[in-house]
Amino acid sequence: MTIRTMLAASVAFACLCAPALADTSSKKIALSNNYAGNSWRQAMLTSWDKITKEAVSKGVVAAADPFTTAENQATEQAAQIQNMILQGYDAIVINAASPTALNGAIKEACDAGITVVSFDGVVTEPCAWRIAVDFKAMGESQIDYLAKKLPKGGNLLEIRGLAGVSVDDEIHAGIAAGVAKNSQFKIVGSVNGDWAQDVAQRAVAGILPSLPEVAAVVTQGGDGYGAAQAFAAAKRPTPTIVMGNREDELVWWKGQKDKDGYETMSVSIAPGVSTLAFWVAQQILDGKEVKKDLVVPFLRIDQANLEENLKNTQKGGVANVEYSLEDAQKVIDAK
Amino acid sequence: MKLSSGTIRLIIPAASLVLLLAAVFYMQPRAMSYTGLNLLFNLAVPIALATIAQMLIMSVNDLDLSMGTFVSFCACVSATFLQSSPALGILIFLGAIATYALIGVVIYVRDLPSIVVTLGMSFVWGGIAVLILPSPGGTAPTWARWLMTAKPPLVPMAIVASILIAAVTHYIVMRSSFGVLMRGVGGNDRSVERAGWSVLGLRAATYALAGFFAVLAGIALVGLTTSADANIALRYTLLSIAGVILGGGQFVGGKVSPIGAVIGALTLTLAGSFLSFMRISPDWQIGAQGAILIVVLALRLALNRLEKREKSQ
Repeated sequence: MTIRTMLAASVAFACLCAPALADTSSKKIALSNNYAGNSWRQAMLTSWDKITKEAVSKGVVAAADPFTTAENQATEQAAQIQNMILQGYDAIVINAASPTALNGAIKEACDAGITVVSFDGVVTEPCAWRIAVDFKAMGESQIDYLAKKLPKGGNLLEIRGLAGVSVDDEIHAGIAAGVAKNSQFKIVGSVNGDWAQDVAQRAVAGILPSLPEVAAVVTQGGDGYGAAQAFAAAKRPTPTIVMGNREDELVWWKGQKDKDGYETMSVSIAPGVSTLAFWVAQQILDGKEVKKDLVVPFLRIDQANLEENLKNTQKGGVANVEYSLEDAQKVIDAK
Repeated sequence: MKLSSGTIRLIIPAASLVLLLAAVFYMQPRAMSYTGLNLLFNLAVPIALATIAQMLIMSVNDLDLSMGTFVSFCACVSATFLQSSPALGILIFLGAIATYALIGVVIYVRDLPSIVVTLGMSFVWGGIAVLILPSPGGTAPTWARWLMTAKPPLVPMAIVASILIAAVTHYIVMRSSFGVLMRGVGGNDRSVERAGWSVLGLRAATYALAGFFAVLAGIALVGLTTSADANIALRYTLLSIAGVILGGGQFVGGKVSPIGAVIGALTLTLAGSFLSFMRISPDWQIGAQGAILIVVLALRLALNRLEKREKSQ
């Protein structure tokens, strides 16, 4: 090894060792969001606004502008991303309309030297970072909880999400895996609730007459309250319904808990994950080594912390957590 | 010098495109480059092709409400069969084009409203697309990807493609005898029939040609996005109709303009970028897009009146 390469190597080494060398105060980050039409997405945008405004005023980054496409279409979002390249953003944070259909535009962004971080609706393009929720584990955790609560097992009704969406497939796969592990449970019926209370209520009401006694209902979020209403309307005993952190669900659970000590759990992904994506993008711009696939924990509410979470949840909203820079660093460093 | 009415009808869309482009360059000087222009316009290429397809259907006084789902279907086929076994993919496309011809025949023979038939077909195409690609995925054929990301010297691919599409379709629709007959069917099909032509055959051919351009739109779209999903091009139904109207075409009477249609597609794409550079909140964007459309159409209406007044004098 010549002196020169040794010198170069040691310089490179020094760069690797000292974190936060690069300054991000002149960097601009954009949020490309495909949809804003439900309470979860509204909470996500509010969280983004709150955390990034603070970051901008403190001079952590120069700008953090949110953009939402009007029609939830992949081609529209691809055009939006290409516009962001032209606008000179240094990083783009994406909640994608499609895991694959944006890959062409994302490749263009990477080729232009832009950092791309996707979350919730993640993308498959290898040059982008992904902050994914382990939806499969989320489904499995429901069965694990039920196995503890109902050791004797019983019949399960499964409410699924929107057909053809990858999140629905993954949660369902987790639930199926959990049932395979705990043979005392049997799924006797399955309906699509589309993550909406009214759809879930109609679907459950439709299938209920054909079902034997149901011990528990496994859900995907946004459908638990509708299921409870359907059971009440059919005058059937209320089973253990797993909730999905929506405010109406938590209120109903609180009411039942106060009335007769009803027990269940609630699990979903916190809309504040957008702020985690923001900090991850900021850290990458800062020169930090971040692996391409990160996993964000889901937000679980239990009997004990129900009141506390309900208090912090807006009317008509979703239980939420916002992430700080330190939280993001913890997620990045997690192995 | 006296301008023909066709040229006058082209002036408004061309002028609005230039105006928008100037505004975009002013707001975002970065766009004034080879890469910039490509980024602004490359997603307009599949829209332009779909607009041409819609224009062909409109030239015989019909309207195709299945354009978006059909392009999505073509994109799904391109990302799966056309990539893995090209022969089968081409066969499927030929079948789809034949189906389009058949739709044209059925609409004419049974005297059905085209919007009802094509609206029904949109569910058929959408259903098949979901069957082919139940979850988003697939891979673009290498040649399609190469074609759409090619970097010709001096002028970006998106512009070259747009000019090529405009030139070819201008020849077919405005210069060839088939084009004259096709527009004749839209203008007055009875006189075309009396002159000894088969309106049935002409309509079938027009629909097949529209199907062919929609297939090209699907392939071009996949070449840009690298993969497909069953809902990828749903916007194209309305975009293509708006593009034709914006480009000087009319719903009835066989009055269409291929060059105008391509310009219309480019203008619509540019309008989206313009609004996003203006930082208009997404809640207002659809409305603003509509406002741009209305302004251009109002201008055209005013010009039409002027034209009429001149004729009557």
